[in-house]
Amino acid sequence: MNALRRHRALSRIWASDRSWRRGFTTVNHSDIGRMFLVLAVVYFFIGGILAMLIRAQLASPRSPFMGPEIYNQVFTMHGTIMMFLFAIPLFEGLAVYFLPKLLGARDLAFPRLTAFGFWCYAFGGSMLLFSLVAGIAPDSGWFMYPPLSSTLGSPGINPDFWLIGITFVEISAICAAVEITVSILRYRAAGMSLSRMPIFAWYALITSLMILTGFPPLILGSLLLELERAFGMPFFQVEHGGDSLLWQHLFWLFGHPEVYIIFLPAAGVISTILPVMARTTLLGYWWVVVAAIALGVLSFGIWVHHMFATGIPHLALAFFSAASTLVAVPTGIQVFAWLGTIWKGRPQMHLPMLWVVGFFATFVIGGLTGVMVAVVPFDWQVHDTAFVTAHLHYVLVGGFVFPMLAALYYWMPHMTGRRRFFKLGEAAFWLVFIGFHGTFLLMHWVGLLGQRRRIDTYDAGSGWEVINLISSVFSFIMAIGFVLVLIDVIVNAAVRSRGPRNPWRAGSLEWAMPIPPPAYNFASLPVVASRDALAASPDLAVRLARGEGYLGTPRDGQRETLTVDIAAGTPNGIVVYPRNTGLPMLMAFVTGGVFLGMLIKAYWLIPLAGIGVTALALRWVWTLGHQADRGLQDAGHGLMLPYAAETDDPPGWWGSVFLLLANATFFGCLLFGYAFLWTVAPNWPPPAWATAGWISLASVAMGAIVGPFGIRWAIFTVRRGRKSAVGLGAALVGCVGLIAGAASVLMSMPDPTRHAYDATVWVLGGYALFHAALATLMTGFLLARAACGFMPPRRLGEARIVQLWIDYAAFIALVVVAVTFAPGLLS
Amino acid sequence: MCLSTLTLLLLGGCTQELSIMHPAGPAAATIATLWWVLLVGAVAIFTLVMVLLLLAFRARDAADSSDHSHERRWIVGLGLAFPVTVLAALLVYGLSIGERLMPSAAPDLVTVGAEARQWAWRFTYADLPDRETHDVLHIPAGTPIDVQITTADVIHSFWVPRLAGKLDAIPGHVNVLRIEADLPGEYDGVSAEFSGVGYRAHEFTVVAHDSAGWSAFIAGEIP
Repeated sequence: MNALRRHRALSRIWASDRSWRRGFTTVNHSDIGRMFLVLAVVYFFIGGILAMLIRAQLASPRSPFMGPEIYNQVFTMHGTIMMFLFAIPLFEGLAVYFLPKLLGARDLAFPRLTAFGFWCYAFGGSMLLFSLVAGIAPDSGWFMYPPLSSTLGSPGINPDFWLIGITFVEISAICAAVEITVSILRYRAAGMSLSRMPIFAWYALITSLMILTGFPPLILGSLLLELERAFGMPFFQVEHGGDSLLWQHLFWLFGHPEVYIIFLPAAGVISTILPVMARTTLLGYWWVVVAAIALGVLSFGIWVHHMFATGIPHLALAFFSAASTLVAVPTGIQVFAWLGTIWKGRPQMHLPMLWVVGFFATFVIGGLTGVMVAVVPFDWQVHDTAFVTAHLHYVLVGGFVFPMLAALYYWMPHMTGRRRFFKLGEAAFWLVFIGFHGTFLLMHWVGLLGQRRRIDTYDAGSGWEVINLISSVFSFIMAIGFVLVLIDVIVNAAVRSRGPRNPWRAGSLEWAMPIPPPAYNFASLPVVASRDALAASPDLAVRLARGEGYLGTPRDGQRETLTVDIAAGTPNGIVVYPRNTGLPMLMAFVTGGVFLGMLIKAYWLIPLAGIGVTALALRWVWTLGHQADRGLQDAGHGLMLPYAAETDDPPGWWGSVFLLLANATFFGCLLFGYAFLWTVAPNWPPPAWATAGWISLASVAMGAIVGPFGIRWAIFTVRRGRKSAVGLGAALVGCVGLIAGAASVLMSMPDPTRHAYDATVWVLGGYALFHAALATLMTGFLLARAACGFMPPRRLGEARIVQLWIDYAAFIALVVVAVTFAPGLLS
Repeated sequence: MCLSTLTLLLLGGCTQELSIMHPAGPAAATIATLWWVLLVGAVAIFTLVMVLLLLAFRARDAADSSDHSHERRWIVGLGLAFPVTVLAALLVYGLSIGERLMPSAAPDLVTVGAEARQWAWRFTYADLPDRETHDVLHIPAGTPIDVQITTADVIHSFWVPRLAGKLDAIPGHVNVLRIEADLPGEYDGVSAEFSGVGYRAHEFTVVAHDSAGWSAFIAGEIP
């Protein structure tokens, strides 16, 4: 088979649907990555327009332009959109589009999940957008502190759009994080050990693990606040044993890692682009990896630095102040590693490098003011002033937007296959760079002069007029710069001026393919022996096109790629991807029914949508599968590998492991909230503790033993080619026992509105019940699979996934029963 | 340079009722000094990084030293040792200041209460159980004051920039802030936690009396 025929065959296999159907049924990572990127940029411009409204309002004292009712919606939505609908999705889009190409794979681990995540983002985002257009947008700040955001301060629907819309969008972040983690760990080129991974993959891996552990506290907080708003469960109401500080802890437990979730991908981009622009390799690869890991870990220990002014004891403040300053150390290591990289190379001032330099000049200032606000007494003064507004824009625009623009100009030739013809980009850089500093540098000063954040106007004679006018004028210069970038991209993507294949002479794998990239990425999969595979073998692209790598011969019209062993990168399986399907979009749409029902208080819609989601999910998993094991297959060059579905740890098992990591974090935060209310909130103890019936305790104990044992017995028997009905039946009985136990927890508290304790027990019981029901459903699915003969001896992946979920359900049922009934038994 | 001159001009020409750079009490003065120290340090470090960045672009012989020596110089020296030293010093300085600013026992301490609500302030006086004032807090000058901060509804924050840093008013909690005015006079205060549509105008005034004025206030002669 020659290169052209291979290209045609692979293109046919990997093609998305034609015409209008394409957008709805595609599961290809390049398509979905592009959709993520485009939508994120749309939200960037919407958020930008809101920013311009803010600057227009503040340009002069006593401006009649907006009243506080509108202004509060505008600044709340500016922050919300930029954080949740622009920054995180842009990272997701970048990772979804480029990771398989950087790693030498043909797609991500779970293509349908990628699509599902995108549609959750699109639908959830449009809820927020609707509220903005309708003038009922959230207006209590992007941090949503209760009681202001609860029924006391905001009886209207505004905060519900935030709580429900953002939670819907967060599904996409969790999906993408699971997807990216598993893809980086298992979907790499043969021979790409962890130490040969492109540096961006390290950053994306750390970022994804942070999303999995950083977003659950926010999702939990949003759930609790929505339960308080909708049903009066008083988690944050002090007179009923709640505490508004609980929200602040949960929010910043998410909110601070969030800053690094945004920064780390940008640092990954810098670490990728800067060495190429300096014609060298990254200085101190392992130092940078360890620094990024340290940054990720430390960022979870510093959330309280957003709460220095809430009256927390000084000793605790000292700890968090120390942790907050400590975070500057790994940042320092990276910054100086980058500087050293430029020093050891021969830097060339192409446009991406210009943005990198702009990043340095801006981000370093943001980092230094960050150290300032980590000093507790200084923060007591500048907290909630314009000084902090200026600081965070230096960090987020300097530390995220500028690197993303570097990425845009670095990878645009790859995405379009064109070279830049019109040179608008340089002018745009200077407009944005000068506009940015003109807007925000003096804003530090006006904050020191006492201008608070979030005020809708100020009086003449306050001494702030000149600085505010300067800020506003420069902000419009910056806006013009961003529009010019957009025009530059559109114009250059439209002009037919084909570019060279590897314009920057980079050494990473994404340039070892035709540009713009075909749907299948690599005609055959590369073997990697160094960190810069393309630099080591400049004709790699041609050799891969000729089919000299793995999986160069299409088989049965299947979309295939390799999985590898995590550490060494040795190939150990062949993945067969699903075909184009509209199922992900439909599933996201029906999932939206759950959120919509909650939002408009049409509660009948929630179970209806829940049933729909269940039915679609069953169809989703049913369609994968074979009735017989197919054994070893030829991957090329005589390498014989099993299909990944016929191994003990298929990608889906790893996906479940990381999903459970996020899930367990959620549960841990719930326990933290329980302990926090118990120890810190006033008005405890509650009127009465829950009391246990012995039957419920016995049913949980039975379930927690029989369930996990049953599923293990089933796997044991299938492996020996025998029937699994007895084991699965036992597992099912165990799961029902867990359901009974969880239900007894719920029933021990007749009125969840009485006290925060009662409400917390309800959420604990509901959580345990949900997982017990899920485990039951999964076990029932396995029974049906076994009955239809879909469980041959090697295809044990599904059963092992169910085992994970049964174990988890049993574990949390035990913990929930213990923490619910222990206080009653002890007192 | 040009920018800092400009900012100094702007600073000179403006009013200063809410400026943390014009302290009128010991706590605010300590923090203002801290700010100038932080500013000088930050400018020095920023200049260092920018000079290193600019020098990186000058023409020079490639590969003048090995990766290993680069790593030692850039990462271990500048990236690790340098920030650790600076940050440790800063941390000790900041924490010792913070400890000093905490409410501590004092012989002539005056205790007042500040209760915030949307969008007003009610002040009470421990020594005068019957007195309460609205949107004006009376204190004696030159005396440490403990303000017990509470709220009747949502979260607010008590902030008199020229006297001290801010502290939040959280439902169900009492937070105590130590303030002190060096001289008699009026000092502007604001709530510094967003609280809805009336947030901007959620202001109050602190009136610091000389000893005669404070005696008159205690005697009920000042309303």
